[in-house]
Amino acid sequence: MSINRRQFLRRAGMVTALGIGSSFVITGFRKKDAAASGYTKAAKDMPAKRWAMVVDMSKFKSEADMEKVIEACHKLHNVPKFPNTKDEIKWIWKDDYHHTFAGGHNEYLDEHVMHSPFMVTCNHCENPPCVRACPTEATFQRPDGIVAMDFHRCIGCRFCMAACPFGARSFNFKDPRPFIEEVSTEYPTRTPGVVEKCNFCYERLADGLMPACVEKSNGGLIFGDLDDPNSEVRKIVSTKLTIRRKPELGTQPSVYYLVGGGEHA
Amino acid sequence: MYKGGKIIASLIIFAALFTIPFFYNMGKVNAGPDVALDTPAIQQLSDKQCVESPEFMRANHMKLLNQWREEAVRNGQTVYINSQGKEYPISLQDTCLKCHANGSASKVALSNPASSTTGVSNPAINESPEFCASCHDYSAVKPKCWSCHFEPKEAAK
Ligand code: SF4
Ligand code: SF4
Repeated sequence: MSINRRQFLRRAGMVTALGIGSSFVITGFRKKDAAASGYTKAAKDMPAKRWAMVVDMSKFKSEADMEKVIEACHKLHNVPKFPNTKDEIKWIWKDDYHHTFAGGHNEYLDEHVMHSPFMVTCNHCENPPCVRACPTEATFQRPDGIVAMDFHRCIGCRFCMAACPFGARSFNFKDPRPFIEEVSTEYPTRTPGVVEKCNFCYERLADGLMPACVEKSNGGLIFGDLDDPNSEVRKIVSTKLTIRRKPELGTQPSVYYLVGGGEHA
Repeated sequence: MYKGGKIIASLIIFAALFTIPFFYNMGKVNAGPDVALDTPAIQQLSDKQCVESPEFMRANHMKLLNQWREEAVRNGQTVYINSQGKEYPISLQDTCLKCHANGSASKVALSNPASSTTGVSNPAINESPEFCASCHDYSAVKPKCWSCHFEPKEAAK
């Protein structure tokens, strides 16, 4: 049997057309598997345009007050305690004045202020460099302003850690599970090779609850919607003197530090 | 054909080697997983119905779980409205594991997922005949959910 080139091409073309055509017929008849379903927000979900936090350091009388807040967050979110500080994972922590408000400090500042620790966490920047750096969109900004992480997607490239000017992100070099002292079933753990950070407790906001740190702060941490003119955070930010970390970088942090303290709105 | 005999003989040997696994397993009984639907946990439920029909879940649970993850984590939509219009919280612990878990589990067991051979790091779930492991072991598909997520709160107490 011998066929010439023209015949061969014609037959090959017909077989191809038949194959493509029949695959359309099959997929066309297949029953649609997606059920008529949908998604919605939880009834208790607290809506906001821009979640923000005001830190009133005058309410933190001692380091124990800060430890209590840190403990509440880290316990809830299964943040491991690694013995080696190089492996440290932190969502909210305390740092000194120089690290918190780096650059051009006032050298005549009160000794007490200069040496007392400040509460620091992810600033949930309005213009977050970490989100821009993330190649997988594992780090993303929610419509309510929270800079969140989808741990499922994180590939551990740590671009976000290099991009964040506040050191707000930690990397799991080791399996965190053996280093969790008391397991909380309220929140999943992480795997090695994943970055993590504060999430403003969005899982609690969806349940109508305030963030865990805010609850344990005795009014030292004030949380609310900056976009709502009647919210406490908005009133403080618009009427009192507040400062933010490294504002010159233009990331527009959503965590404000109340200067002077005292009674607020 | 030049060296035709050798070519054909080699082809036959190749085909024989290639198909050995099929012939080797042919006719052997391969019992599928036996998943009981009347466990004590399920018996206690007033509504013995999954979020979608069993047929839909069997065929599409992985797609549904992916959608749930996407909606809950990325879009903040934490409630699923099923095809009957019923609402369920999007949660492995609070929804799926209410039925698909071994009620005898006493506490949360943490093991290193990296060293776990089954891909299911939680022994309670691993042993549960009603949960993922039964079918997933059978089909040799390893779900990674339990490297981070936990079994239900009730069982953890
Ligand atoms: S503080 Fe760092 S991690 Fe948080 S949003 Fe800003 S840049 Fe991103
Ligand atoms: S480490 Fe994860 S979250 Fe950070 S940039 Fe890479 S993929 Fe994104």
